[in-house]
Amino acid sequence: MNRLDDMPGAAPARPILSIRNLDLYYGDAQALDDVSIEVGEGQIVAIIGANGAGKTSLIRAVAGIEKPRAGRIVFRGQDVTGLESFATCNLGLGQVAEGRQIFPTLSVLENLQVGAMLPRARAKAQRTQEEVYAMFPRLAERRGQLAGTLSGGEQQMLAIGRCLMGQPEFIMFDEPSLGLAPTVVQEVFQTIRKLNARGLAILLVEQNVALSLKLAAHAYVLENGRVVMSGSGAALLSDDRVRRAYLGL
Amino acid sequence: MFSQINPRARGLLAALALLLLILPWIANNYVLSVAVLILYFAYTGQAWNVMMGFCGQLSLGHSLYVGIGGYSAAALFVHFGIGPWGGALVAVAASMLVGAIIGFLAFRFGIGGVYFALLTIAFAEFTRLGFDHWQWLGASGGFFLPVKQREFNDLLNLRGSPVMFYYVMLALATAALAFCTWLLRTRIGYYWLAIREDQQAAQALGINTFRCKMIAVLISSGMTSLAGVFFAFYYNNLFPEQIFNMGRSIEIILGPIIGGIGTLFGPILGAALLALLADGITELMAQIGIELPGIKQVFYGSCLLLVTMFLPNGVWPALARRLGLVSAPGPDPAGNTVRHPDG
Repeated sequence: MNRLDDMPGAAPARPILSIRNLDLYYGDAQALDDVSIEVGEGQIVAIIGANGAGKTSLIRAVAGIEKPRAGRIVFRGQDVTGLESFATCNLGLGQVAEGRQIFPTLSVLENLQVGAMLPRARAKAQRTQEEVYAMFPRLAERRGQLAGTLSGGEQQMLAIGRCLMGQPEFIMFDEPSLGLAPTVVQEVFQTIRKLNARGLAILLVEQNVALSLKLAAHAYVLENGRVVMSGSGAALLSDDRVRRAYLGL
Repeated sequence: MFSQINPRARGLLAALALLLLILPWIANNYVLSVAVLILYFAYTGQAWNVMMGFCGQLSLGHSLYVGIGGYSAAALFVHFGIGPWGGALVAVAASMLVGAIIGFLAFRFGIGGVYFALLTIAFAEFTRLGFDHWQWLGASGGFFLPVKQREFNDLLNLRGSPVMFYYVMLALATAALAFCTWLLRTRIGYYWLAIREDQQAAQALGINTFRCKMIAVLISSGMTSLAGVFFAFYYNNLFPEQIFNMGRSIEIILGPIIGGIGTLFGPILGAALLALLADGITELMAQIGIELPGIKQVFYGSCLLLVTMFLPNGVWPALARRLGLVSAPGPDPAGNTVRHPDG
């Protein structure tokens, strides 16, 4: 693995999530091979890579939806390897899954309410809901509308809002810009930056390499299930191999 | 749900309740038997709807729970003299146990969709084959409850007049409606809808999908088995070939499909429409004087086809909108939500 250290001597942030030597298989097919990744408190970390590189598998393994064969996942100092997703979510490990998986025949409000039913989030549901509405006024306007009738961008906002209802301390975004118009993509990235400014640590999996590297403090390049390169977003952005392979420059 | 439907709908519901309560005084025995059948399918449809309409798990083998319920209560009555109400407890427990086995096998090993449906058929079928050879329960020759002429209605032992059975079934159907209405307002109700809409998203939000689906199966199978107990004491005979028949499972699910899957009033409306349609066709054929074997089924099937073609969400959502029983979906200044057409 190539490590591009742009800031020698900089103290690494205390990790909120650390993944060590993770192996994940689907049957005999290996999806993740000895993957080690660290996300510091309050950091945005990006994972870039082509289709099938294992980005979604990584998120699903951390969330507890897929069970890794080897390796350890530590969240806030607690070993969460192999925990079910309802347990990891309740520890504050949130995710916004790929493809805006909102509940189409439930209303906007009901989508949000389902997000707030985690034991950790129930008591504060009302206040969180107000915060989400303040952040996304469009959702407040459309609270009674069926979620399936929202535009793509609004659905992505709803997916993010629904995740926030669960009081996460760390959010994994899986391809949040997928299938969205360029202006909406900008809006989504703005939102991610805003959430980060509030102190949320973020793991961002994206095919939009340029945007995510600009946003990320640290980034990893995943190829065929392996981490092949890592460094600060800026360092990777100026690296020739990254520019050739992912930016087409 | 009831609080969210408008006064007009509440009035209509009250009128329907009143009609059902006084029906035995204004209807003859034939009409009453049709009403019992409608209520029976309204009830079983409601029970099936918990699994499919709320939680999105397609069961094509619900006759299994009717059969287990019926045979459990009948066996306890005939062999041990235990009345149907005590028997119902055993029936519900037995059905829930079988439901739990099916659910565990399916959900633990990630069997979903059509494969889950096939599993439910398989269980119903091999249970049927098992009962076909179970001598203690009459095997394929049938299991019969003693029938005696009675002076009075014996509600404790469910022996009595059609009117008594009518009221028992009415109570069951009403209780099922109230129970399902309540279920949809609870946390698990929301979880079910989330799973139905998108199981992966539900999982990503931290919903324990395995547990929620198991609860749906347990509730649905337990409810359905009560219908089996009723069936046994109403008809006084049980044949494995009939009660476990896959056709019976299909009959159970037609009501909610025609009426509207996932709605509270869909199963009731669907059951009524199907029964009236079947009887209507028979009557019509007799009037016209057509006697073609199978023509009734063809006509019946065509009607179902038309409904599913033009009202894919069922009759109830469209009817409720047409009658102005629900407000149109859209931004709601009061912040109330419009979940389903029935509120």
